[in-house]
Amino acid sequence: MIDKDSKTLLEIRDLHATVNNIEVLKGINLTIKSGEIHAIMGVNGSGKSTLTKVLAGHSAYIVTAGSVMFEGKDLFELEPEERARAGIFLAFQYPIEIPGVANNQFLRLAYNTVQAQRGKEELDPLEFDDFVRDKMKLLEMNPEFLDRSVNEGFSGGEKKRNEILQMALLEPRISILDETDSGLDIDALRIVANGVNQIANKENAIILVTHYQRLLDYIVPDYVHVMESGRIIKTGGKELALALETRGYEWVSAENRTAEGVVS
Amino acid sequence: MNEAVCNDDYLANMLKTWSEPSTSTLPWLDQLRSEAVDCVNALKMPTTRDEEWRFTDISPLIKLPFQVAKEPSQLKIKDIDHFFLGEAKIRMVFVDGQYSPQLSCITHDNDIIVGNLSALISCHSSEIATHLGQYTDFKNNVFAALNTSYLHDGALILVPHNKSVTAPIHLLFISTQKEVTSYSRCLIIAESSSNVTVIEDYVALQEVTYVTNSVTEISIADNAQVNHIRIQRESDQAFHIADCTASLAQGSQYKSTSVALGARISRYDLNVKLADEGAECSINGLALIKGQQLADTHTFIDHIKPNGCSQQLHKCIVDDTAHAVFNGKIMVRPKAQCTNSTQSSRNLLLSGKAQVDTKPQLEIFADDVKCAHGATVGQLDNEEIFYLRSRGLSEITARNLLTYAFGAEILERIPVISLRHQLEQTVLKQTQRN
Repeated sequence: MIDKDSKTLLEIRDLHATVNNIEVLKGINLTIKSGEIHAIMGVNGSGKSTLTKVLAGHSAYIVTAGSVMFEGKDLFELEPEERARAGIFLAFQYPIEIPGVANNQFLRLAYNTVQAQRGKEELDPLEFDDFVRDKMKLLEMNPEFLDRSVNEGFSGGEKKRNEILQMALLEPRISILDETDSGLDIDALRIVANGVNQIANKENAIILVTHYQRLLDYIVPDYVHVMESGRIIKTGGKELALALETRGYEWVSAENRTAEGVVS
Repeated sequence: MNEAVCNDDYLANMLKTWSEPSTSTLPWLDQLRSEAVDCVNALKMPTTRDEEWRFTDISPLIKLPFQVAKEPSQLKIKDIDHFFLGEAKIRMVFVDGQYSPQLSCITHDNDIIVGNLSALISCHSSEIATHLGQYTDFKNNVFAALNTSYLHDGALILVPHNKSVTAPIHLLFISTQKEVTSYSRCLIIAESSSNVTVIEDYVALQEVTYVTNSVTEISIADNAQVNHIRIQRESDQAFHIADCTASLAQGSQYKSTSVALGARISRYDLNVKLADEGAECSINGLALIKGQQLADTHTFIDHIKPNGCSQQLHKCIVDDTAHAVFNGKIMVRPKAQCTNSTQSSRNLLLSGKAQVDTKPQLEIFADDVKCAHGATVGQLDNEEIFYLRSRGLSEITARNLLTYAFGAEILERIPVISLRHQLEQTVLKQTQRN
């Protein structure tokens, strides 16, 4: 929800980044305040996923210019794990499978690491089991997923639910959901969206990266941004997503070219 | 005839203490031993010029012509009870190759025949004669031939038709003395529709040099199931040379999980013959080695008849200047149509000087088969590390967890919880950095 009195969580200024020496982000500007839900849309290759990886601190993505302030601190001073502990969460488009590590062991390790960092109480295995089972209900997840290896043999939908479960456990300030809707059938989409909506509150913020309007029927964004060639070329309300759904991206692109033409 | 001059000094030495058995109550057994001696005399010690030994130089063994232990060590239960497994109702203990009834625990509440081979061989002569020495290819394997020459004590497990043994059977081979050779022997006979879990466990009480030469034969009749867990945790200075052959009849299943942790040089040959239709095997292996250790695993999965299924995952975690070898041969013979076979060799190098030689080998002579194999050698995956760091774990914690998990994936397949926990601790200890 938009509230002009809420505080700024993330401030991205003229962000440029390269991967494999190719510039993928070419000047992103975006301000995110607590309580807000932002959708980032755009065609493949527009730089959406790169933006999420840069924010989470993946070492293959090199920031070449610009700044990102997270709650007033320079985000790029922080290692990926420090960002996670400070409250940045990335739900992966392709969650990693880790055979040999039980999901409950992994979830507890992540939870306790973050709790310890925030000066909060860590949970022993039994306490954690109760706690995590409760959170799993939010996502209608079968508790048997606790005993299996992390994401191993999970279906696409189960992996995405496991991502949102981690989000529920780690209680981030900013959650970045990278195509969380991809590979989900309509029931799973509804369940995952419902989980996200229950986690969203006025203290945190969510960035949804998606191709489709479909997800935004369930998680209603306050802002919709369209990315093209490493820049945000249009920002609007939730109605922009509907317009994209019916008209495609080309008109936004054309509008942008005209606008740039006028400028130059 | 056994006086023939052996063409190899080491082998000649090894046969020095061999003598023709005095009793002739079991002529077939005397004949088996004599045949084996002939084989030792005819064979040579392998060198790195032999294809099957290309990466494993066992020449250091030649300097160690250790004889069998003269005096068995006097051990008490309390000296070894930390090796015991709570789940196992039956435990056979061998000390330096000799069976120890005092340390063993054999319950007779089952119809199964279990006990020391040399004690049971007279009253079960015909059953044993059908199987003993019939699977291992000692004519072409000098170590199996040596073992068979010295055949005496050993573990015999015979599970009758339709019998399911729920508790695992623990075969504990303990080395206590330096400079001896122990000949360990196991014979597992699973009659039709029976089911048994056997743990073959090699341990040491001292970090000294000795040699273990082990031969295991497993016969699995129609629709029977054998779950075979093999743990090699010898002294880091020991030599461990082992050969296991499993023969699978129609619709039978063999599951093998082998873990190699110890020994200066170890070599494990596992031969699985899917001798009849619809047999299935699942072969999992882990070698976790460091220092100057060398661990060599050679497996041969032989699909002989149609509708067989084999699945194999072999993993090595190699640190320091250690060297792991994996040679996984899968044969699909012309009659073995509709075979389904997968093989995967995954190797993790923890230091710049660690070495792995992996050689998946697929030979297919049938046209309607599904076979997949792959091998990887390398360091930890950066995407996996990033995933864990993005959840708040430090880089070192992420690396430690992934290294542990790499090994734990194999340990997970061990159905005996107390053993699995012991091994998890070992893997944890050996994979964690500060």
